[in-house]
Amino acid sequence: MLKASNLNITFNAGTPIETRALQGLSVTIPSGQFVTVIGTNGAGKSTLLNAVSGDLDVDSGSILIDETEVANQPVWKRAGLVARVFQDPMAGTCEDLTIEENMALAQQRGNRRGLSWAVKASQRDYYQEQLARLNLGLENRLTDRIGLLSGGQRQAVSLLMAALQPSRILLLDEHTAALDPRTADFVLELTNTLVTEKQLTTMMVTHSMRQALDIGDRTLMLHQGKVVLDVAGEERKGMQITDLLAMFEQVRGEEVTDDALLLG
Amino acid sequence: MSLFSLFGALEIGLIFGLVALGVFISFRLLKFPDLTVDGSFPLGGAVGAVCIAGGMDPFLATVLAMLAGAVAGVFTALLNVHLKIMDLLASILMMIALYSINLRIMGRPNVPLIMEPTVFSILEVSWIDDYVMRPLILIVVVILVKLLLDAYFATQQGLSIRATGSNPRMARAQGVNTGGMIILGMAISNGLVGLAGALFAQTQGGADISMGIGTIVIGLAAVIVGESILPARKMYLLTLAVILGAVVYRFFIALALNSDFIGLKAQDLNLVTALLVVFALVIPLIKKRLSRPKRL
Repeated sequence: MLKASNLNITFNAGTPIETRALQGLSVTIPSGQFVTVIGTNGAGKSTLLNAVSGDLDVDSGSILIDETEVANQPVWKRAGLVARVFQDPMAGTCEDLTIEENMALAQQRGNRRGLSWAVKASQRDYYQEQLARLNLGLENRLTDRIGLLSGGQRQAVSLLMAALQPSRILLLDEHTAALDPRTADFVLELTNTLVTEKQLTTMMVTHSMRQALDIGDRTLMLHQGKVVLDVAGEERKGMQITDLLAMFEQVRGEEVTDDALLLG
Repeated sequence: MSLFSLFGALEIGLIFGLVALGVFISFRLLKFPDLTVDGSFPLGGAVGAVCIAGGMDPFLATVLAMLAGAVAGVFTALLNVHLKIMDLLASILMMIALYSINLRIMGRPNVPLIMEPTVFSILEVSWIDDYVMRPLILIVVVILVKLLLDAYFATQQGLSIRATGSNPRMARAQGVNTGGMIILGMAISNGLVGLAGALFAQTQGGADISMGIGTIVIGLAAVIVGESILPARKMYLLTLAVILGAVVYRFFIALALNSDFIGLKAQDLNLVTALLVVFALVIPLIKKRLSRPKRL
């Protein structure tokens, strides 16, 4: 379970370019729920994700993951609770390391790293089994450098890596945005499969309203650093993009002009 | 070139193989441009020489020198990780601080070891000439260090160090304490350099305050030469390449200095090294220029 209360983050405080990215944002995500997060540029989607992961420090507020207060913990300390896939396919893997080394690194997420072999023979079969699910032939390339893989392939492996070790919350930051449409669909489908199969509590930021409504159990819309729309269950099931837009305009009191939201 | 100077080149080449391994860890694995080396090499020499001259067992003295180097590396890393001083600047600060520290340790600009026992004199046997025996001992030491490093960088901890250098953001997201890994890696790197300094002092008949000048450039030259004679991605080949680079580099330096027709003297060493590194760094650039299709 994730319980974020009254989060505030301000960039460049006290200067003319001051930006209040999160303004008292609160949200609770129960265990096993898959939440999609939408909003225009600058609404605070990525800021929220980075606050939960620890990449950004909050100015005030509390972030509880299960019973642990993580708001003041560095990224690496809360990594045992938080799994993450970045928007940039290059960011989630170490290009200088092999596929199996990357997976071994992810499998120890949140654990102490000692002097035992990083890649054990017994784990190789498991890695191969996992990679085989992608149908990309990567199961035979365990010792290839991951830098040799395409962006889509790397993103798929990143996703597998995030699910290797149990987490309390999985953060997906527009993780299909940098991929071509076919690969994006593939990665999205894989996301759905993994999340359902492992019952992962998930927060996925997306630019596409279509995506936001199609997958997951609940949709949040952020605007000016706050949650302005929160739909789930029956209400969400029958929803169309146009309904979402109408509600959004109502909330904002203005017309949506961000094409990216409409076209996604 | 005489057999004597050939073995001499091999001896120094192997010692600088240890330096090159250290430089490889900081520059290549951690991507930390570390000039501490110019101070931790004479630090190792100073600690080793002073301890031996004071009557300590040469093996213990050498181990202490290695630890001293490691501590120097830790301080550079602390300046960078906790005080947020830029990596290159942190290492330069440590390097000049070590100049004073080394003088303090030695109490004078040099500590001779001519009449003292060394790890080499202890291991000497009557039926092998000492100038042959020294490189033999060093080959064993360097291979042992190489194998230990290969094993270490295949462990979970070693992998974390490599991930820290390759993609720190990803490493942190996987729960790697990247600051801690930089400190650890820099300790190992400069520990190796300290060890090399102690062994160098024991083969050269003493420690000298100026023995560290240009160490980093020689180490870097060895790494670059090694990478170009044995281009590889696998760790065990990379460490081998780096050691070979150091030996080959010393061999060519000896050849150049011993060939009268070129007219180079010992004092030209650092200039030749600097030119060599520039040359090695520029080659890929020239290759790229030449292969780029001409614009119509």
